Amino acid sequence: MEIKFWLNGRKIQAEIQADTLLLDLLREKGCYSVKRGCETANCGLCTVLLEDKPVLSCSTLAARVEEKHVVTLEGLQEKAEELGGFLAREGAEQCGFCNPGFMMNIFAMEKELKDPGEEEIQEYLAGNLCRCSGFMGQTRSILKYLEYKKKLREGEGR
Amino acid sequence: MKYVNQPMVKKDAMALVTGKPVYTDDIAPKDCLIVKVLRSPYAHALIEEINTDPAMKVPGIACILTYKDVPQQRFTLAGQTYPEFSPYDRLILDQRVRFVGDGAAIVAGETEAAVDKALKLIKVKYKILPPVLDFRKAKDNEILVHPEDNWETKMPVGADNKRNLCAQKEESLGDVDALLKECRYVVDRTYHTKANQQTMMETFRAYTYLDHFGRLNVVASTQVPFHVRRILGRALGIGASRVRVIKPRIGGGFGAKQTAVCEMYPAIVTMKTGRPAKIVYSRYESQICSSPRHEMEVRVRLGADENGILKAIDIHTLSNTGAYGEHGPTTVGLSGHKPLGLYRNTEAYRFSYEVVYTNQMSAGAYRGYGATQGIFAVESAVDELAHEMKMDPVVFREKNLSKEGCLFVGYDGSPRVTSCTLDKCLARAKEMIGWEEKYPCRDMGNGRIRAVGSAIAMQGSSIAKVDVGGASIKLGEDGSYTLGLGATDMGTGCDTILSQMAADVLETDFDNIVVFGVDTDISPYDSGSYASATTYITGIAVADACEQLRVKIRELGAAMLDTEPDQVEFDGKRVYKLNGEGEVSLEAVAAKGTSGNNTCLQACATRSSQISPPPFMAGLVEIEIDKETGALEILDYAAVVDCGTPINPNLARVQTEGGLAQGIGMALYEDIQYNDRGQMRNNSFMQYKIPTRMDLKNIRVEFIPSYEKSHPFGAKSIGEMVINTPCPAIANAVYNAVGVRIREMPITPEKIAMALEEKKTE
Repeated sequence: MEIKFWLNGRKIQAEIQADTLLLDLLREKGCYSVKRGCETANCGLCTVLLEDKPVLSCSTLAARVEEKHVVTLEGLQEKAEELGGFLAREGAEQCGFCNPGFMMNIFAMEKELKDPGEEEIQEYLAGNLCRCSGFMGQTRSILKYLEYKKKLREGEGR
Repeated sequence: MKYVNQPMVKKDAMALVTGKPVYTDDIAPKDCLIVKVLRSPYAHALIEEINTDPAMKVPGIACILTYKDVPQQRFTLAGQTYPEFSPYDRLILDQRVRFVGDGAAIVAGETEAAVDKALKLIKVKYKILPPVLDFRKAKDNEILVHPEDNWETKMPVGADNKRNLCAQKEESLGDVDALLKECRYVVDRTYHTKANQQTMMETFRAYTYLDHFGRLNVVASTQVPFHVRRILGRALGIGASRVRVIKPRIGGGFGAKQTAVCEMYPAIVTMKTGRPAKIVYSRYESQICSSPRHEMEVRVRLGADENGILKAIDIHTLSNTGAYGEHGPTTVGLSGHKPLGLYRNTEAYRFSYEVVYTNQMSAGAYRGYGATQGIFAVESAVDELAHEMKMDPVVFREKNLSKEGCLFVGYDGSPRVTSCTLDKCLARAKEMIGWEEKYPCRDMGNGRIRAVGSAIAMQGSSIAKVDVGGASIKLGEDGSYTLGLGATDMGTGCDTILSQMAADVLETDFDNIVVFGVDTDISPYDSGSYASATTYITGIAVADACEQLRVKIRELGAAMLDTEPDQVEFDGKRVYKLNGEGEVSLEAVAAKGTSGNNTCLQACATRSSQISPPPFMAGLVEIEIDKETGALEILDYAAVVDCGTPINPNLARVQTEGGLAQGIGMALYEDIQYNDRGQMRNNSFMQYKIPTRMDLKNIRVEFIPSYEKSHPFGAKSIGEMVINTPCPAIANAVYNAVGVRIREMPITPEKIAMALEEKKTE
């Protein structure tokens, strides 16, 4: 079947099977930041934004994005560099394989939670696994990033 | 030193954090055949008939291979220096299947759907055989895992396939039995660690194609490109010269990818069809047919005198290598040698082991490589011994631990402790956790009890006299340098830390170093990134190559200045006359290198080491246990590390945090279990739980560096050792909390609650 949807701000059309998963469709369309770490919706690596909400693209049928907006890290390159810089300065990106899904979820968290504390952050991101870092460096990066964003906002408000 | 010991951002960081297509599956050609493996549902069986005709009729199927189609020369998939210690016990496909998940057929087709359909249509008639599933009953069992006559071992490791033995050995110093009899305090305990999966986020994967010379090109997520080249050359019967292996960015390894788990499948498809081919393991396959940690049972006998001096250590390890012998004969050695190396007063020791075949998934290399298992056992036993003599276990360790300048007893990597701050690490970790106030426990009055536990650990830095580090460095015509490596960055950051070292030796900007690796056609030979080797042994090679290149730059600069090399110096930016009467810039020398020049501005170094200087650490944990349910929470983990000079403090810290997290996973959650038919129960992330960020809240890491003089910057390894303290430290804390001793990993709430029940009824 044929579907039309918005991928990173651009309307595209795609030929899919009824059982095509969003993850596979996105990679087919060149969004290689979208990774598969498991088949059981446990790892969070395949997280993308669907209508601004984080979803696991491994357990979302491609047919469900008809006429909807899908955003991957390819569509958020500037934000990725900004947040990624914080990860990189801690050495917390390590192998990098879990980073895109993890970062997509941080972007979603920024929209959803106002000034989250450390516990809220951990809960929000609990579904994003990382086997390299032990999470400590990720947490350091996020806290510094959120602090930086807050200062930016406050600067703008003045 | 300008860049060494600085928290430089990884050279590949921005590509990784912006999600660029840099991993194997991102860059595979789109016309690759999809390769999958039909897997045995039985733990032990012979294939009597296999009918592929209906499957071949599925549109898009390019080839289906069975045991009849593969070379009959056995090999090992272990990524080890040749001749490998691991036995040659594999075929690409075998008529005998030896575990649930073993390969029965290879299917390649144009789409995944076609391959999945074909897999279902292959008809296999198995003769089901009884399996060996209990590793305690494997030796001399009448069921043989490898009865075949062309099974072969290249090294004298005590292996005998007609006894299910993959290796066995005994070594000793003095009369340990006699000394144990004399000791006032003795413990004799047995500990059990399970198989664990590395669960790197990127599963096993590779793609292959033929180049314009008809050579097999292999792009693989591997830690051991040069070994993969040799292994495939033998497995396919084409010789290593016809194989080229390229390593792109890797999504984690932790030792899993020190075994060539999946490369042979697309490789043989490409050789048979001439077409590019790709395999991507599912998480399910990565769980059931890969290369996990060896399950081990370790019996420890320790003896101490009335003053708390640890005089005698007797270690016997039984290791389960599974259906194939990858890393079987070598991992087991570390279960004795590393814990022995922690203590200096040992007057007699014995270390003996047996490694057995069973009909379970083959084990492999996992961070810690046997040391993790042995250190859990010995560090638990040390606590048990200290409790026997009513001594604080940390005080007992302080009395006995290895110190700089001492002789090593029982450690096979070095005769002497060349660099060590372990005593200071332990003292600092004690302060950090508040040991004096908190040992052994505090009842919180709400059914919960808090306690502390301690352990110390070490590893090696490369395999002494075996591992080879390689580096090449060349000066480009614009004055930049290209560093060529055969070591494999798998996310750890070795491309970056080796560039930091190069920049300092060459006195140039960090950004002036271009780093490249790995392509077996181009990169200098390196054993690969394993055995905690890269920072140490490849680091030595990098510094050496850079020193050689400095000499060449001086020579060419001197010629340009019409003088002799001993009349000039090079300061990284220019070659100048010592008498101050002239200079040429690095850029001018570099340009000269490309015009009318007879000096090759390139240098290459290969280095191995006579010693393997261990890094050391202390890991102290504070836990809270709910006495009703046995639920355990980690409140604080204080780790103090001596890895010599941390080349990159950020990356060293994250290595430590990540290793501790994996160790905590092993200690608390991760447990591979089989049913009575040999099927694994924990075959997905649903059932195999690794720690999440909710489980790891407070890991604190500090460094107290010694200076290892055999390394140009005083560095030792870090990557593996950091996984070794959580199992014993947490087990020891559990005892300190509630008085029950858990001797089998993982320490689940059920085990604690059951042990508490048992204690009550006693």
